[in-house]
Parts: sequence; structure tokens; C-alpha cells
Amino acid sequence: MTLELELGARPATGAKTRLAIIDTDIHNFDVYDDPIFDQVFLNYLAPEWVDHHKMIGSRSYYGGAYPRAQPNAARTDSWPPSGRPPGTDLDFMREQLLDAWDMDYGILNPLAGVGGQVNREYGAQLARAINDYQIAEWLEHEPRLRASMAVNYEDAELAAEEIHRLGNHDGFVQVLLVTRTEEPLGRRKYWKMYEAALEYDLPIGIHFGGGGSHPLTAGGWPSYYIEDHCGMPQAFQAQVASFVCEGVFEHFPELRVAIIEGGFAWFPSLAWRLDQSWQRLRAEVPYLKRAPSEYMQEHFWLTTQPMEEPRHQRHFEQLLEQMDGGSHLMFATDYPHWDFDSPDRALPATLPFETRRKIMAENARAFYKLP
Amino acid sequence: MPTSQPASSAGPTPLSVNGRSPRLKEAALDRSSKQHPTSPHRVIDCDIHNEVSSIEDLMPYLADYWRDYISNSAFTGPGTNDYPPGAPTSARPGSVPCGGRTAGSSLQLVQEQALAPFDTDIGILNCTYRVQSIKQEDLAVDLATAANRWQIDEWLTPEQRLRGSLVVPSQTPARAADEIRRFGDHPQFVQVILPVRSYIPYGSRFYDPLYAAAVERDLVVGIHFGGAPGHPPTPVGWPSTYLEEHAGMAQVFQSQVISIIAEGVFDRFPDLRMALIEGGFIWMPSLMWRLDKEWKGLRSNTPWVRRPPSDYIRDHFRLTVQPVGAPPEPRYILQTIEQMESETMLMFATDYPHWHYDDDDDAWPVALPEPLKSNIWSENARAFYRL
Repeated sequence: MTLELELGARPATGAKTRLAIIDTDIHNFDVYDDPIFDQVFLNYLAPEWVDHHKMIGSRSYYGGAYPRAQPNAARTDSWPPSGRPPGTDLDFMREQLLDAWDMDYGILNPLAGVGGQVNREYGAQLARAINDYQIAEWLEHEPRLRASMAVNYEDAELAAEEIHRLGNHDGFVQVLLVTRTEEPLGRRKYWKMYEAALEYDLPIGIHFGGGGSHPLTAGGWPSYYIEDHCGMPQAFQAQVASFVCEGVFEHFPELRVAIIEGGFAWFPSLAWRLDQSWQRLRAEVPYLKRAPSEYMQEHFWLTTQPMEEPRHQRHFEQLLEQMDGGSHLMFATDYPHWDFDSPDRALPATLPFETRRKIMAENARAFYKLP
Repeated sequence: MPTSQPASSAGPTPLSVNGRSPRLKEAALDRSSKQHPTSPHRVIDCDIHNEVSSIEDLMPYLADYWRDYISNSAFTGPGTNDYPPGAPTSARPGSVPCGGRTAGSSLQLVQEQALAPFDTDIGILNCTYRVQSIKQEDLAVDLATAANRWQIDEWLTPEQRLRGSLVVPSQTPARAADEIRRFGDHPQFVQVILPVRSYIPYGSRFYDPLYAAAVERDLVVGIHFGGAPGHPPTPVGWPSTYLEEHAGMAQVFQSQVISIIAEGVFDRFPDLRMALIEGGFIWMPSLMWRLDKEWKGLRSNTPWVRRPPSDYIRDHFRLTVQPVGAPPEPRYILQTIEQMESETMLMFATDYPHWHYDDDDDAWPVALPEPLKSNIWSENARAFYRL
């Protein structure tokens, strides 16, 4: 038996054949009980909002919590010696992630719960604070990092204000939403936010998580964390369908959307199913000029983690074939979370070098317009 | 082969008010012939709808109290809208009976448009009367019983090729169990039907009395498209379009499969068989891969799940094929079947009168090798439903 490694497919030049890596999902903030997180808010909140924050603080759609797999849902080895929570210590993150894997770039996704605040104005203030924290403590210290802009997405006008405030800052490369929203994201209440993002050529990133006042599934509230964790792809699918069926891309033909930490193997079957339903129901959506799958293929990118892992390599190859060769897939680790996908092991070992190169870095480089 | 004759002049009175079924032309063919072009093999159709057209249909089966209550309150029934009557997906051409009745409510049309074209051996009826969405529990319970008696009188007794699915008030599982025990020994009931959209996910122990009764009477539990629990049809709220709700039903099935596996239904009921009906199947491989990966990382969270989730799925679930979905390349359907790593999971269904394919020849879109071909057209269902 021979191992069919693809070494022969690498460039046969004497030059450096390092495989570039861009990590499209790194967390530098998480909403967990920890005085450090609270201190970040206090350090950057506008003074007139500090009392509000201390007196009431976060009020989101509570009542849907599942105990996570690990403290802070973090890798056990990701707690920095400094005592700060995982992901929030730049030096340690550099050492454990950016340097360890010699990454070209990393995209920061702060999970600050700002959009799930039922007090919209307070949520917008938290978003400002988080973005200022990202500039001062991350972007100004590490040239390999880019950040996603936190916004209070449930109020598109407030979100647009923040986009206008920071849209010209080079460090921000996308606007960050989460997938469990109050309404499907294609609905018109969100459009002003998309309009503002387009003014600065920023894509929309939709990340795992949130809690939009609805049950976690369309069949009601499940019981276990594994259902919470595994249920997000269904929410992502509903969001993709909403963007397409509401005609968002007819209205904003330049809009690009990244699905972050949703997996991707569900994408082809969703496209085929939407196409079939659309063939019968197209009179309901007269503004759609093309089949749903065409909008999906053109406007959505997906990060890889958590990679679906078929038992057979052949099945993964079929999946890539169904997804235009993986041209819209972008590698992500989800550092520092427990379900981290490792850069050297996530993609099947037998993937052709060119495909690997694109998924590991080049698709993201183009999507986020990185040098 | 008879000479072609316009169907409009073939019969004395049109049976339908929404156009002509493409199959009425076909109906002129010799139905008794096993050489019928669309079905040179045995056929079991696992999803044919027999719909209650109006609450008037059930009045003969209700107690005086409810008759008075219903007429005094002008109550018209569950009032769900998971099949908007005007949507082509709800009623294919030729399927809406005369007299203002609902598509799928005429036995004669089912015989002519669903059973005859395929020379179907056995058709399994799925009545989608949504007693589960009636919050007044006593009314829901008695309407379920009425619907089941109506199914026996109007469908199962007159047409022996049909099998039925019990309508049960799943919002009150102990009383659903009573209903299962009341009719579970009727030889033509083979299944208990639940709408995929539930108030509480189907993995919950809440439903154990219902599952215990189904296992006791050796009935399949079928989870079917639709439902109206009051929750939004997506995890992110109410979509604007029915298109999203229709296509998005596949995600509700995904959530239910996750719940049923993770919460240990098959560990508590190892003999339970479940059918996923009118949800399609193309999404299943990706769900298997994701669930197996999650289980590796999180199985300490649900220690009763002792095997990879995809193993449970292959053992306990069967899926009806329509709506198949419309991939750009037909071979993707074959890839999907291969990725399921099972020859026994898929069961043929027309989903009559819902409209997915234009011609009977397209009811199943790809050529299959044996044994997959026989399995999907009939043998998987024969074994699963013990027909």
C-alpha cells in the first residue's frame, strides 16, 4: 500500500514553498463572566454610559443558555499565563497562533453580544467601545491583524452610524453580525446597514451565535449544548435563504456576505432545494431575476471551521465539486475555542495543492482585499 | 396503445377545477399492464395526501357538544397555512376537486392521479390535519379521533391499496398514546404522523408516552412537512416569503433529527422506526458529517449516545424522496445517495397532490443500479412498514 501524498503537485522550484495561511475567525473578545471583559467595556465606554453599564448592564434575550463544553468554550491550553481570558492576550495569541502557524493575516471577530442588547442605544454604545478597544489594543500593535466591526445590527440606523464612524479605518475589513437575529437578515429593517457597509466596500460577516428571541430551532427549544452547537447551521441556512428570497442582491448587487463558523457542507443542498421551490413559487418573488443558487454562488463565502468531515476522501471531493471547487471557502481556526480546526490537519491530506492554497489563504485574501 | 384522445372529451364531467393533470393523458393507457413505461417495477408510494377539506367532513364523527360548539363559534378548523391553497406546490394541475374542495380530498382523484400512473401496489396516506396547533386540548383530541374514523370510512375501507397514518394530538402525548391504542390494531394504519414543526423538539422525553404506544403497536412514527406550533418556521424569525418557509422546511427536519439522536429517543426506544416525509433527503449527508464530528467532541454531554449519530440515523430513519431538489447536475443526486452510505434509507413518494415534478417519468430523476432501484421504488418501504 502506498500513501498518495500530493507532494509531487507542489511547485518544483527551489523557492520557498510555504503554504500561506489566513485565519478568518479569531476571537479577541467573548461574553463570559470575567472582570477583564467588563473592564474592557468600562475602559472604552463613553463616560455618560458608564453608570448605565454598572447599574443594569447587559439585557439580551435571556432564557436560552446551555452549559458549554469548556470554560469560555475555550481550548484548555489557550489560557494565557497573564491570567487574562483566552483570546484576549495579544502576545500569547501571537505566540500560539499567528507565529506558531506563520500566518499572513488573521481576522478578529469580537463576540461582545452588542447586537443582542434589547436596549438598542446601549448596544450601540457597547459596539463603539469594542471597536475602539480593537483599534487601541490590537490593530495598532499587530500589522497581521484585521478586525470585524461590531455593530448593533438590530437597529440598522445605529449600525450605519458606527459604520460611518469607522468605515475609512483600514483595519476594519467587515461588519460583524451573528446568525441568530430577531428577524431574518434579508428583511428591509436591516437594509440601511448594508447600504452603509457598501459605501466603504465592507462585506457582511455573519458569525455563529446570538439569541434572537426565538427558540433555537423551528421545532422549539432543545435540551443540550450539542443541539445548540449543531443547530446553528439551520439558522445560517435560513439567513442565506432570506438574503436571496428578499431580493437583497437585486437591490445591492455588490454586497458580499461571509458565513463564519457555520460549516459549509449544507450549502449545495440548500441551493438545490431553493431552486426547486423557486421553480414552482417564483410568482411570489417577481423581483428575483435569477435562480436562488446563482445569487448564492455569487454573493456568499463560507469559512471552513467547523469542517464537516466525511469518512471518505471521495465524498469531500464530491462536496468541493458541488461548490465550484471550493472557490468561496476560507480557512478558519476559531481560535481560542475548543472546536479549533488546526491549519495542518483540517483539510483532507490528499487535496490538490492549488485547491489547498486557495482555501487556506488566497480566497480570503481576495475577499477581504488583503495585500 | 390507444389513439391519443383529448382528455377533456374523454369523461363526462371534469373532476378538477385547476387545469388538467398531465397524467390524465397517461390514464388512457392500460393500467393493468406491468409494462407501464413509468413503472416497470413494483411501486410503493410513501406520501399521498388525504386531506380533510372542511370541518364539515368530520361532523358526523363528533359528539353533539362539539357540533354545537363548532357551529356556535363558527370554528373552521386548525386554520394553519402551511399549504397556501393557491400555491402550485400545494396543488398540482388537475388536483383540485370540483365543489370548492381541497386538493387531496378526493379518493377518486387519488386513485386516478396517484395510484394508477405508477400501477402502485400500496400507497401510504399522510393526512395533514393539524390538530396539534389547536391549543384547546380537548377539542384537539376529539378532532384527531374524528379524523381517524373519517380516514377509515372514507379512504381505507373503500380502497384496500391504501394505508393510513394516525392523526394524534402530540401536544398532549399521553392522550396521543390513547389515540394510538384506540386505532393501532387496525390493519391499514401503519404510521403515526407528526408535523415537523413542533412546539417542543421530538427528542424530548415529553413525547415518551407517544413513542411507547407506537412501539407497542408496531407503528412507524412519521415526521412530516409543515405544522403550526406558534413558533416561527425558522430559528431566526418569520420569513417574508412562503418560498423560504417551503424550502426551509428541510432545516426543521435537520433540527428534529439532531434532537431525536442527541436526546436519546432511540436509546430509550431501540425498536422505534421513524420516517422523514416530504422533507427531501439531499441535506442528510452533510448533517451526518456534522453530527458525527460534534459527537466526537461533545459526547460526554449526552453519554447515552453510544455510537456515531450517523449509525443511529441509518438504523432508525427512512426518508421519502420528494421533494428531491434540483441540482444543476443529476449526478449530484447519485453522489448524495452514495454519501449516505446506505442502500436502505430512501423510499419512493409522489407527495401527491403537491407539485414537484412535471411528468410522472420525472417522479424519480435519476437511473439507479440494483438493488438501489428496487429498494427505493418499493422494497425499503415494504420492509420498513412491514407491508
